[in-house]
Amino acid sequence: MNFDLSKKKLTDINKYLQNIDRKSNVRKFKIENPSGHHAICAGLKDDIDVTINGHTGYYCAGMNQKASVTVNGNVGTGVAENMMSGKVFVKGNASQSAGATGHGGNLVIEGDASSRCGISMKGINIIVKGSVGHMSAFMAQKGNLIIFGDADEDLGDSIYEAKIFVKGKVKSLGADCVEKKMDEKSINELKKIFKELNISENPKNFKRYGSARKLYNFKIDNAGAY
Amino acid sequence: MCGIVGIYLKTKKYEKSLGKFLSGMLDNMATRGPDSAGFAIYTKENQNNFKYSICLNNLSEQDFKKKISKYFKKIKMIKYSDHIIMETKDKPKEVIKVINEKIKDVSIVGYGKSINIFKQTGNPKDVVKKFKLSSFSGTHGIGHTRMATESAITTEGSHPYCTAEDECLVHNGSLSNHNNVRRDLIKKGQEFKSENDTEVAAGYISNKISEGSNLKNTLTSSLKNLDGFYTFIAGTKDGFALLRDEIACKPAVVAETKDYVAVASEFQAMAHLPNVNSAKIFEPKPGVVYSW
Repeated sequence: MNFDLSKKKLTDINKYLQNIDRKSNVRKFKIENPSGHHAICAGLKDDIDVTINGHTGYYCAGMNQKASVTVNGNVGTGVAENMMSGKVFVKGNASQSAGATGHGGNLVIEGDASSRCGISMKGINIIVKGSVGHMSAFMAQKGNLIIFGDADEDLGDSIYEAKIFVKGKVKSLGADCVEKKMDEKSINELKKIFKELNISENPKNFKRYGSARKLYNFKIDNAGAY
Repeated sequence: MCGIVGIYLKTKKYEKSLGKFLSGMLDNMATRGPDSAGFAIYTKENQNNFKYSICLNNLSEQDFKKKISKYFKKIKMIKYSDHIIMETKDKPKEVIKVINEKIKDVSIVGYGKSINIFKQTGNPKDVVKKFKLSSFSGTHGIGHTRMATESAITTEGSHPYCTAEDECLVHNGSLSNHNNVRRDLIKKGQEFKSENDTEVAAGYISNKISEGSNLKNTLTSSLKNLDGFYTFIAGTKDGFALLRDEIACKPAVVAETKDYVAVASEFQAMAHLPNVNSAKIFEPKPGVVYSW
């Protein structure tokens, strides 16, 4: 089924996709002429497949559950923000805060992602085939941020238990973020993600970064202060 | 919030459509700034004459003509709604002095050999119609839609700010040290018409350039001297430059084709431009000056 955003209202298209008749066999949708509109495909909650042909604005596929959304173009701020499950593929570049606060699912960006990619992520897997901007994985709690290119300044600042994998260079690490051993468990985890997403890449080429756990744990030496 | 836009033509192909392109860009950014709008259109440099963009406020065109012809003889005027583009050989120093001292009812919103500035309160969609922006041709232009924060919704509070010949600035963001910078610049002889933070940034840029710095170095130095959040587009008669502060909270996107470079707060501002879907589209990096 095809929708044309130059002819149909965004709210009507979103409403239709958010309320799919579960008995219907129509599961594939296309959206033409997105023209940078915001919140395209936000709040989808069924196992459907949507392809957007063109560039989108903010919060594309935000809060996604189960759906697979492919954008043949660039995306604005907050693509797949707070995604719960499902898959979001971006064929171009992503703006700031890609995958912010995402709880689950996979976000794959073929190009670059700019500042604060994966900020406060809570379980999502974010794969960026290009590079990421500064302060990526800021306060990231859970999930994997996998970067094929380089990472700009302050990667993983104030990170909790999310894992960061970088193949290229890291300009600088943020507070409490350190390089960790690329152990068997992490290699297997990456293998599993790559297999699921049909990505041919050797996990051993990546370095792993995570929390030094000095910032978010209570220091027992301070117990006497109370 | 505010929206900023800019378009620079690399070839002559779209010179006649410049106004139409910029008008659409401002129209699409009305949601980011519904309080006022303004734009600067650069046309080919006029070697002999200076152009003064003047907001008449409540003065009639006839009364302005009567008053100004007491001081300057050979002048040409074209009226666009409540603005006038006045052409004369007389130099900015004299003309600005006369207007500021003798014809206080009107305000000069811009001057130079190629710049034309229009700005007014109201929804951007109405402002561009009022000044018939889509009928303009030119080489490059920048524009602004304002959601007022730190100063009132007035013509003086609207962007772009022109603080020197053919120079202007639009800004999305807010500066936190503008009062300090304003005091320093006033000591150096810079004049300000409003309480607005962007006017201070424009004054800062003009002051640096008048001291011999080029636009790129000036903007780089503003990373150190202007504190706050910003995406700037600074226009000159040759083109424009773009800068985002190092934290980069304020958005910007660039689209480049073989015919033009477009800059905007959001992609949707440029979605109507020709061949934009196949353009090279990227987000400018924080703290880096881009110029065209």
